[in-house]
Amino acid sequence: MYHKAKYLPAGDCGVVVELGNAITPQINGRVRGFLLVLEDAKLEGIVSVNTTYRSLLIQYDPLRLPYGKLVETLRGLESRLYTTQLPPARVLEVPTLYGGEFGPDLDFVAEHAGMSTDEVVRIHHSTEYLVYMLGFTPGFSYLGGMDTAIETPRLKTPRGKIPGGSVGIAGKQTGIYSIDSPGGWQLIGRTPILLYNPDGEPPIPHQTGDYIRFVPISREEYDSIAQAVRQGTYEYRLLPRKEALVNE
Amino acid sequence: MSNTTAIQIISPGLLTTVQDDGRYAYQRFGMSISGVMDQFSSHVANFLVGNAPVEAVLETTLMGPSMEMQGDCVIAVTGADMAPQINGKPVPMWQTLPVSKGMVLSFAALASGARSYIAFAGGIDLPEVMGSRSTYAKAKVGGLEGRPLRAGDVLRVNRLQKSLDLKRIRVPEQHIPKYPAQQVLRVVLGPQDDYFTKEGIDTLCTAQYTVSKECDRMGYRLEGVPIAHKESADIISDGIMIGSVQVPGNGLPIILMADRQTTGGYTKVATVISTDLPKVAQAKAGDRFRFQVVSVEESQQILVEQAKRMQALQTSCIPVVEAPAQQAVTAPQPAAPARTAAPAMGRVIHQSLTIDGVNFQVELREIL
Repeated sequence: MYHKAKYLPAGDCGVVVELGNAITPQINGRVRGFLLVLEDAKLEGIVSVNTTYRSLLIQYDPLRLPYGKLVETLRGLESRLYTTQLPPARVLEVPTLYGGEFGPDLDFVAEHAGMSTDEVVRIHHSTEYLVYMLGFTPGFSYLGGMDTAIETPRLKTPRGKIPGGSVGIAGKQTGIYSIDSPGGWQLIGRTPILLYNPDGEPPIPHQTGDYIRFVPISREEYDSIAQAVRQGTYEYRLLPRKEALVNE
Repeated sequence: MSNTTAIQIISPGLLTTVQDDGRYAYQRFGMSISGVMDQFSSHVANFLVGNAPVEAVLETTLMGPSMEMQGDCVIAVTGADMAPQINGKPVPMWQTLPVSKGMVLSFAALASGARSYIAFAGGIDLPEVMGSRSTYAKAKVGGLEGRPLRAGDVLRVNRLQKSLDLKRIRVPEQHIPKYPAQQVLRVVLGPQDDYFTKEGIDTLCTAQYTVSKECDRMGYRLEGVPIAHKESADIISDGIMIGSVQVPGNGLPIILMADRQTTGGYTKVATVISTDLPKVAQAKAGDRFRFQVVSVEESQQILVEQAKRMQALQTSCIPVVEAPAQQAVTAPQPAAPARTAAPAMGRVIHQSLTIDGVNFQVELREIL
């Protein structure tokens, strides 16, 4: 973590506020803290804020708030970071059917890790993964905290179309494809819930700073949840995080 | 009187989408911003029809659509010159155009630029999705059913009495942009210029780059001299502005545009200033760019001047007096007759384009 934030220009209307150069929950927490401070300060001339692993991209209107004044104001807000309380974390439960037709690479991941498929599934679903940021596609989460015992390289040849809801592993990362897209992740299962629904309120159930927990389900449970999702009656299980479960 | 007017899409052209100034609110949930590629042209089009600058317009790419008005409405066409016509007769761009029920707007051929904008007085009657009407086809969101227009679509346009009573005006010649095949793009260095060698930055400032076939709403891949990194081309993924000049490991820059992803893990050497983004939006495969570095302060001074020019444009618009039917015939369009009578062909360029996930190869012939 940097002692003081770095301000990096991104053209005439953007600035990157970089708080560190590593992927850690502490730096990411500082990023979320900065977002809260910014929202609280309601600065005239801020157009949008994007948060990432270790930085914020602030888009602003220089006609109302020129660069020099913006950076000066943001520097002034930095001290508030030390006293900002982050809201309690929440855990989004992602019911997941592992293996079979929805997890065609589970056998390969198990073989690569030198363990049984059941063991891979057990390891994969027994961690709560921190959502460091969302990006790539709407609702796609960059998750941290996967057990390195099940890390697996990407496919040599990416698949042309991976269905939304697919759960995969790529190197040290795990994630959920939020919409149909091409990709090279090893697919180990699929969730019937939507992590992006343009007609939903909100369209994306979770946000940076939340955690994701995979919950293994049977084919019957998968089908019944999928039906509820289609009918618009599925309710996300987004619960306060029990600190006792903290394992990092 | 119904409070909307229907517009029937006869042919969608190559790629025609509904766009406004973009979808900002869900950026940190991974939602691309999208929006018009050339904000100058869309803002002027909206001004000419009495709309707020941010109102949704149609953005059409390289080959324009044709559409039949099923009621009277008022439109304006700006941006790339695709030789717009009403009922087959050339009509001027950059001016308020009243069109009557049954008339067909079409486009003869691309003369310059890459993207035209069609604004409708009163605005397009579509719901905002996540705070915007912009189409982002990849996530099937916004516009008409989250996709580019198709033949047979019916678009509804708000019908306001004040729109039909609009004073007709045109933009004076000196305020109409030209789209030459060679452009200088002013950039601000950063956010990751320190990942590049001094030679790499010198290359950026001096080399000429050619727009490759891979140029679309997401980004423009350029060909030319590689820009040298010190070590790695990879960073911990961070946010991406429109106009970011991203340089992956092969050293060849990519200018990221409206449909870019919200985050990315490659170094970005510089960012094209917002005043120059329309130059990128109106470029096509084979066009050439040079980069010129300016400071943040200079870039913001340029923006102040650009805002003044936009004001000057608005106050210097000239009233149009001809009746609409005659205007369509007699409007001063010296180049127009040549277009309809088997135009001479100049250079041919090829460009790839992705629509609904399908790749198309497009051939463009320059009209001389």
